[in-house]
Amino acid sequence: MQNDVIMAGFGGQGILLIGKMLAYAGMHEGKEVSWLPSYGPEMRGGTCNCTVVISDNPVGSPVIQSPGAVLAMNLPSLEKFESDVRPGGFLLINTSLIERKAERDDVEIVEIPANTIAQDLGNARGANMVALGAYVGATGAVSLEQIEAVVRQTFAAKPSVIDVNLEALHKGYDLGREHAANSSEETAS
Amino acid sequence: MAKKLMKGAEAIGEAAVQAGCHLFFGYPITPQNEIPEYLSSRLPQVGGTFVQAESEVASINMLYGAAGAGERVMTSSSSPGISLMAEGISYCAGAKLPVVIVNIMRAGPGLGGILPSQADYFQATKGLAHGDFRVLVLAPWSIQEAADLVQDAFDLADYYRNPVMVVGDGLIGQMMEPVEFYEDRQPIKELPPKTWASTGWKRDRPKAIINSLFLDPAELEQHNIDLKKKYDLMERDEVRFATYGALDSADVVIVAYGTVARVCLSAIEALENDGIKVAMVRPITLWPFPYEAVREVASKAKDILVVELSTGQMIEDVRLALHRPRPIHFHCRLGGMLVSPEEVIDKVKAIKAGTSEEVHYA
Amino acid sequence: MPEAVFVRPDSLSDVSTHYCPGCTHGIIHRLVAEVIDELGIRERTVGVAPVGCSVLAYNYFDCDFHEAAHGRAPAVATGIKRARPDLAVFAYQGDGDLASIGMAEIVHCANRGEKVTVVFVNNAIYGMTGGQMAPTTMPGQSATTCQMGRDVETAGHPIRVAELISTLRTPAFVARASSHSPLAAVNAKEMLRRAFKYQVEGRCFSLVEVLSTCPTNWGLTPAESTEWLEKTMLPYYPLGVFKTPDGDDRAPLPRKP
Repeated sequence: MQNDVIMAGFGGQGILLIGKMLAYAGMHEGKEVSWLPSYGPEMRGGTCNCTVVISDNPVGSPVIQSPGAVLAMNLPSLEKFESDVRPGGFLLINTSLIERKAERDDVEIVEIPANTIAQDLGNARGANMVALGAYVGATGAVSLEQIEAVVRQTFAAKPSVIDVNLEALHKGYDLGREHAANSSEETAS
Repeated sequence: MAKKLMKGAEAIGEAAVQAGCHLFFGYPITPQNEIPEYLSSRLPQVGGTFVQAESEVASINMLYGAAGAGERVMTSSSSPGISLMAEGISYCAGAKLPVVIVNIMRAGPGLGGILPSQADYFQATKGLAHGDFRVLVLAPWSIQEAADLVQDAFDLADYYRNPVMVVGDGLIGQMMEPVEFYEDRQPIKELPPKTWASTGWKRDRPKAIINSLFLDPAELEQHNIDLKKKYDLMERDEVRFATYGALDSADVVIVAYGTVARVCLSAIEALENDGIKVAMVRPITLWPFPYEAVREVASKAKDILVVELSTGQMIEDVRLALHRPRPIHFHCRLGGMLVSPEEVIDKVKAIKAGTSEEVHYA
Repeated sequence: MPEAVFVRPDSLSDVSTHYCPGCTHGIIHRLVAEVIDELGIRERTVGVAPVGCSVLAYNYFDCDFHEAAHGRAPAVATGIKRARPDLAVFAYQGDGDLASIGMAEIVHCANRGEKVTVVFVNNAIYGMTGGQMAPTTMPGQSATTCQMGRDVETAGHPIRVAELISTLRTPAFVARASSHSPLAAVNAKEMLRRAFKYQVEGRCFSLVEVLSTCPTNWGLTPAESTEWLEKTMLPYYPLGVFKTPDGDDRAPLPRKP
């Protein structure tokens, strides 16, 4: 069993961070993980992305051409990675920053206004946590308990932000779960 | 120590510290800057010293001085920087100095690009600099292996009194994976005290002269013979490789190293599901090259495929490994582009279908 | 019982050198060795030999030594000193080694303030390779690669190393001395003594430029060479202390008009 995901967005959105948190959670669950950032001139345009692989077996290629999931946190990221998602895969679109609809019809689309949700929670910088929660909720790549533990660990030095980030994570998680439940109903019917 | 998620560059730096290396001299170059950055803050914590040198030329000569004074020392760089170090590496080899050099390879020639590449295979294994010398070349395929091999590199360098190079591509430098350091790690070789080092002479041992100059040709010939004996021992005792897949009945045997081998392993697993049997030999030491292992696995396979991030530099060693001239198939990506599992799968299928063109040679 | 009034310094090996008749490398070696003896640091001194005429210096000094690649002695000295700060480390370099191929290494070693001593022997020519033009060759001085004499229009003017290094803010003891006469040699020894002393005290980087003769490649007798140094080199390469660690200000000393 392998979960692989490309997370992409603006520099400063905390994309690399949620990628690392996901990798940590996988590692703590005893799985094999890799985290690979984009580097070089690619980073200069203000966009950044990372690839996270969580696997029961040693991770083969850490570079994934056709990921099982893409989190597109801004339009350039959607433009760049939409076509790469594996058929049947999962495409998260941050509708707060992306106005257009997905073009793919062979992948599961989850539209989440991550920034708006974060703002409503009074945590404008928590959009990345909403997206991370939604990914975990929709795919079950790692357990909620584990990713919560990593959130606590990550912000251990700033305890004041732990709860707001957990809140954002939970909100996203619920939306992701809801989506997963709906899509499995669709499959069943 | 518990497993920790670490960037390759940091793991390499920490591995050096764990191996008792308290000295690092280097010059910035992408994509390995996280190694000096990590060590610039880490070394002072253990009473060590970090110096940002004025150039790679100076860095390697600082290693020459520090190693000659008997201390474990490392530098890291990327392809163009390694070229600048060439002279100094030759001097280290000639003066029998244990130094560890990390090359996070980027695409060339010239300035090339900063993305992953394996274009320095020839440089590392055959043409590192002037003169008749060899260095051990270790090629990790994961962050854990990078950490392990860097620690081994210090033991090997001390044991053989010879430079050891660790080569990785940009993925090894940039990727994060779980790494574990073992507190009770023991040296992999029995290491005698460095009585040859220049530590101040009380006339209680021969005077230490760290030197590669031998103006008497007979003396230099003997020096060369002694060095050769050392290289022969390395070839006998230090070959490292790993094998995977259907070793006894492969349709195709792949030879690949570093992160490319991981991509190939993903392909091999997928091909197995399609009923195609593929084996792989992964050289871990690029020099000495695992000629025997490649020969043995290749003798049982119908076809041979070399996969590299260069235009086919390792093919020459694979050819040397074979009993008789045999066609070799080849797949590569260049310039910082990466090989994907899908490409390897397609290539293997093409070989099976007889539609892959072999690499021709005289 | 005869009394020894002149003996070989303990820090010099009991061997003959390969230096040409009239060459002052031997004198400078001796001055360095005497200073090492007098400071009582032979057992913890490590030298670095250059590529040039003094390439075999490791055979002449009776202490541990490194032979460096051409121009890289200051980098090698940096490595030794950083590895073993308790050692006294000196690099012995010629003008081609230090002022041409090794200019980057000497400038940055000095600028980092490495606690090492550099003995820079300037004889205005490449000796070992057979008399080619050096960065310190005088205008009009002939050499095998400027047989009509150094043309400053194409080769530029000779580099004044002591002055150049003393423009840096960090280096703290920079001096120029000469070896062409007994009196000059006494002064040179005093400069070397201060240079080593400051290092041993852990105070600063030190460099002493020592003017030297090369009768063989200058095509002069030893006596003529001494005279030539005095008449031609001294006016361009003034002797003196350019920088000391005791000055409050590390800015370069203004040169008197």
